[in-house]
Amino acid sequence: MIGIIDYGLGNIRAFSNIYESLDIPNKIIKSENDFEDVQKIILPGVGAFDYAITSLRESLLLSRLNYEVLECNKPVLGICVGMQMMANNSEEGKLDGLGWIDANVKKFNLDKVDIQKFPLPHMGWNKVTNLTENELLKNLNNESRFYFLHSYYFDEKSSNDAIAQSAYIEKFTSIVKKNNIYGVQFHPEKSHENGIQLLKNFSDL
Amino acid sequence: MLNPRIIPCLLIHKNGLVKTKNFKNPKYVGDPINAVRIFNEKQVDELIVIDIDATVNNLEPNYNLIEKLAYECRMPLCYGGGIHNAKQALQILSLGVEKISLSSAALNSPKLVKEISNQVGSQSVVVVLDVKKKFLGGYEIYTKNAAKKIRIDLPSALREFQELGAGEFVLNSIDNDGMKNGYDIDLISKVKKHISIPLTILGGAGSLDDIAKTINKFGIIGCAAGSLFVFKGKYNAVLINYPNASIKKDILKMNF
Repeated sequence: MIGIIDYGLGNIRAFSNIYESLDIPNKIIKSENDFEDVQKIILPGVGAFDYAITSLRESLLLSRLNYEVLECNKPVLGICVGMQMMANNSEEGKLDGLGWIDANVKKFNLDKVDIQKFPLPHMGWNKVTNLTENELLKNLNNESRFYFLHSYYFDEKSSNDAIAQSAYIEKFTSIVKKNNIYGVQFHPEKSHENGIQLLKNFSDL
Repeated sequence: MLNPRIIPCLLIHKNGLVKTKNFKNPKYVGDPINAVRIFNEKQVDELIVIDIDATVNNLEPNYNLIEKLAYECRMPLCYGGGIHNAKQALQILSLGVEKISLSSAALNSPKLVKEISNQVGSQSVVVVLDVKKKFLGGYEIYTKNAAKKIRIDLPSALREFQELGAGEFVLNSIDNDGMKNGYDIDLISKVKKHISIPLTILGGAGSLDDIAKTINKFGIIGCAAGSLFVFKGKYNAVLINYPNASIKKDILKMNF
């Protein structure tokens, strides 16, 4: 059973729709009890860093989520700001992140580029390049395209945690993995067939 | 490398899908949900859906329809029409929409852009500007389906909205809407130098060649179109269409 965290933002329905079409059992997690029969967790996200963190705290799901991820080691997949929240902090906001992965979220550096050529946010379909064997990209061509929509990127302290990267203005980590914790900067739920395959791969872990 | 975006733009009128000419004479082209399903199969880059009744009739956004659209969309969805406060914007995003677009509400109260982007992040806030060429050069901004002229000049409006946290501009040419005579290249050149956020141009695309030319000239840009993707042939028979992967590759190859 895949559990999709509902803390008021992100495309919760888009995930459940895709898993329904694949006949993969899934449920939406709105309260602590909903975690009971869940083996894998999706942490969606669309929005500003502080707003996302505040919403997650106010949802009262955070302490149980920490327990499921850090104590029970259930696989978790963070999406976009859902991935960024896993870091220690973000240049977009003032609040602390979840600190699951030793990383900071940074704003793209525009000093050396022509802003006319590289508008921000980074918006659209871009390539994702494998850095290592990567079960999330199984059965996908290397350099498959996914949909991105962000102005900040995940900068992890240990390069071992980066398992795929993309390039816009500079190279940045587009998939991160630390033990049972996965994060993708793009939106698989809005990336047609490639995204569906990635979500299927997560359910197969 | 990031690809430029090729985006169908759908207009909702009386719960059906329509296409206009110069913002007038809406012609019924089909059911919105059905159209989204076809665009899913065609793997479109993004979709823009604008409710052209909501603002002029002072209606709330049709959350029921938006939820159904978002549920069907396998691609990012931008919704516009009738949004005039942050609460509505948040509600729409919570239905599974990636981006909300503001037009007359933002022009009436520019700080709304800041208020919304502070909560949802700039990446989800699109400002749509409907513009018309002035007789003696330059452009004027209109709202309410081209019925109301706004007395703010285009470059200052662009700079202000960008400053306030807009994440994308959609520039819609009233003169070229539905005319299939190509994009207003002059408009893009004039606008692009003032902005550092993504720009999507809408109005006038009559062929894939119009899109290819625009991408070739401007690089990273969004090319949106209504008529091109819902009509086929010189008699404008309704047929939802979109370039397949190999044709799209050729269009993008011109530049990359």
